[in-house]
Amino acid sequence: MQFHKYDVVIIGAGGAGMRAAIESGQRARTAVLTKLYPTRSHTGAAQGGMCAALANVEEDNWEWHTFDTIKGGDYLVDQDAAEIMAKEAIDAVLDLEKMGLPFNRTPEGKIDQRRFGGHTRNHGEAAVRRACYAADRTGHMILQTLYQNCVKHGIEFFNEFYVLDICLTETENGPVCTGAVAYELATGEIHVFQAKSVVFATGGFGKVFKTTSNAHTLTGDGMGIVFRKGLPLEDMEFYQFHPTGLAGLGILLTEGARGEGAILRNASGERFMERYAPTIKDLAPRDIVARSMALEVLEGRGAGPNKDYVLLDCTHLGAEVLETKLPDITEFARTYLAVDPVVEPVPVYPTAHYAMGGIPTNIHGEVLRDNDNVVPGLYAAGECACVSVHGANRLGTNSLLDINVFGRRAGIAAAEYALSRDEHVDLPPNPAASVEAQVALALSEHGQERVADIRTELQATMDANASVYRTEDTLKQALHDVQALKERYAHISVQDKGKRFNTDLLEAVELGFLLELAEVLVVGALARKESRGGHAREDYPNRDDTNFMRHSMFYKQGDGLAADIRLDYKPVTFTRYKPMERKY
Amino acid sequence: MTATTETAAGSRGAQPPVPDGAVTVTVKIRRFNPEFDDEPRWDSFDIPALPSDRVLNLLHYIKWYVDGTLTFRRSCAHGICGSDAMRINGVNRLACKVLLKDLLQKGDKQTTITIEPIKGLPVNKDLLVDMEPFFEAFRAVKPYLVTYGNEPTRERIQSVADRERFDDTTKCILCACCTTSCPVYWTEGSYFGPAAIVNAHRFIFDSRDEGAEERLDILNDVDGVWRCRTTFNCTDACPRGIQVTKAIQEVKRALLFKRV
Repeated sequence: MQFHKYDVVIIGAGGAGMRAAIESGQRARTAVLTKLYPTRSHTGAAQGGMCAALANVEEDNWEWHTFDTIKGGDYLVDQDAAEIMAKEAIDAVLDLEKMGLPFNRTPEGKIDQRRFGGHTRNHGEAAVRRACYAADRTGHMILQTLYQNCVKHGIEFFNEFYVLDICLTETENGPVCTGAVAYELATGEIHVFQAKSVVFATGGFGKVFKTTSNAHTLTGDGMGIVFRKGLPLEDMEFYQFHPTGLAGLGILLTEGARGEGAILRNASGERFMERYAPTIKDLAPRDIVARSMALEVLEGRGAGPNKDYVLLDCTHLGAEVLETKLPDITEFARTYLAVDPVVEPVPVYPTAHYAMGGIPTNIHGEVLRDNDNVVPGLYAAGECACVSVHGANRLGTNSLLDINVFGRRAGIAAAEYALSRDEHVDLPPNPAASVEAQVALALSEHGQERVADIRTELQATMDANASVYRTEDTLKQALHDVQALKERYAHISVQDKGKRFNTDLLEAVELGFLLELAEVLVVGALARKESRGGHAREDYPNRDDTNFMRHSMFYKQGDGLAADIRLDYKPVTFTRYKPMERKY
Repeated sequence: MTATTETAAGSRGAQPPVPDGAVTVTVKIRRFNPEFDDEPRWDSFDIPALPSDRVLNLLHYIKWYVDGTLTFRRSCAHGICGSDAMRINGVNRLACKVLLKDLLQKGDKQTTITIEPIKGLPVNKDLLVDMEPFFEAFRAVKPYLVTYGNEPTRERIQSVADRERFDDTTKCILCACCTTSCPVYWTEGSYFGPAAIVNAHRFIFDSRDEGAEERLDILNDVDGVWRCRTTFNCTDACPRGIQVTKAIQEVKRALLFKRV
């Protein structure tokens, strides 16, 4: 075992982690621990843009952005947090530009802006051009720019260090976070990092689904670690399905395509979104578009030999717009489906994309241990966190905004907290013991179950039973399946017994997190007997503000993979927006 | 010398059902685990695969169902994260961007796909190499915007044409396909390599940047741009379609004429 001591430890080197590191690293001694090399994170796969009411191309203001975010989230958004995000969005974009991000430009040389789903002028009048973008690789440019600035500031990275536990020390005022424990992939060694503050920025858990835009590595590690510590997860039943995944593959095609004028059509060529969202049509929020697409297919109007997808028609945009503003998605369609968007429509279907829920935090990124109290020294930001600015459905571009605004806030708060403490709080006794035991158990001979089989079955049941539309029956089936898979997980076999770059072991550990988070998602979806945002219950088709205008809070009861889940609730924070019916 | 071993399928239990339309292909992989092996060897796997499969799918099939010790990096699986650069049939490619249908032999001949780690970087295990020397060269060229004086309140103004000037080199995903396809880099690891120069280019030709001179000084070094022999391997290898050799030539020209 090796031991390290820092002021601040940041876990994850995607957008949120590196944005936090740039702030923290200039204030306090900071280490970034990351499962992947910094530029490999899935922030780089984000395409369309990052919204901020710069008003560079038409009238706009951040209050409209706040409203759109709250309405888009079906009023489950904490309104104070949404207001902060929309207000600070402007500086977040300008900061990135000053760091070097090559945004597309207007003829006057200002940052150009495009339309995006659910972002409107004056509280829903019409789509507004609010998304700042760099072609259709905005996430790539954000990730590169943040890494470049980490290089500039000499941020210290521990690459391919897989964090498996955090250290909580009990004090008279409750638990305090004192460090993190990591498994070094290169050597199999365990490292204990003592720290005054720890920031989780570990991303989402899209790999619980089969059809997903998410990377193989998005297995919810951070959320899983926090949950296993008995700390709550919030709103986990709200999972976003992005409307335009490449059919059958799930690879993302940006909403920016529709922002530039692309149209969704069914088998007969009808622009079906006119029926579902008469005002903003194809630029309705993602939950509405995804459900509309699923309905078209369910009702027999799907395209293709099996009528199981719809078509994204970009042909009228012309080769020049596609090549200059949407080059990457044009290439994806050509490479993976052998379809050329310049001349033919692209087969698309909703793909599991983004977790609205996660580790509950306040607006400073401090992690909550219940509805009222924080865990001193513990922070979270980005997709792994739930602040909650996305509520029941995230608007497009707001994730890139979230990582920049709340990544920055968490980095500053973590560093300032560390600087305000003279001494490190003692680590709990044997901080590495549980990780050592976990690794030893995974490598021991205790069964013949294959990780890939369990993962495949998990993803199949989640796709079939807990995706765009859900019912009591499908969710019960999913719960039954997930619990049975958890039992089988106790007998998995890891074939690679070595210490060096043991990715076989890594996948086994990741699967444990996936199983646990899938169960939380399903338990939450079963309990929420209403339809709101990304959570659509066929048996409860309406929003029920009387009983469910509240956040779900999930706590793990007891140890072991089969432990129970306790469900509690937390009030939504309202400032000035009263819940209304959501129409577009 | 390297040995070739035939690995029997099924060492990890029963295989999943073979999908309709699958063909059997032989995947020949260069293996090396310094923890247990003295020398690299070749392992061959006969596996079922669909023509629409990415090479990454084939590697996953082997790892998940045949040999769990096979080791490689991957993440996004659609050519954006840059994790899975490897040498596929002798050329550097991302495993997630090569489709089996483009490698299949004509007629009834069984296809063999040869996969090796990218060259010029130390092999850590199987297809996984030590990326540190690569990132060191990247960090050495000051790959960040350098500016002096006060920052403007709003964004810096940049014309559409000025933005276009360096667009191509902003696409780099640091996968190392270019650098590890370069014969100069293979023989002289001290050479910065194409990727570092591409990233220097991205800033040298950015109208907002004021660090061109510092970077050009670095690249004028004995291990800098003058090592390039315009082999064009890098341009062919780039999965993002960046005109790598052209970018290197533009940096050379900027050095020759002291003008960006």
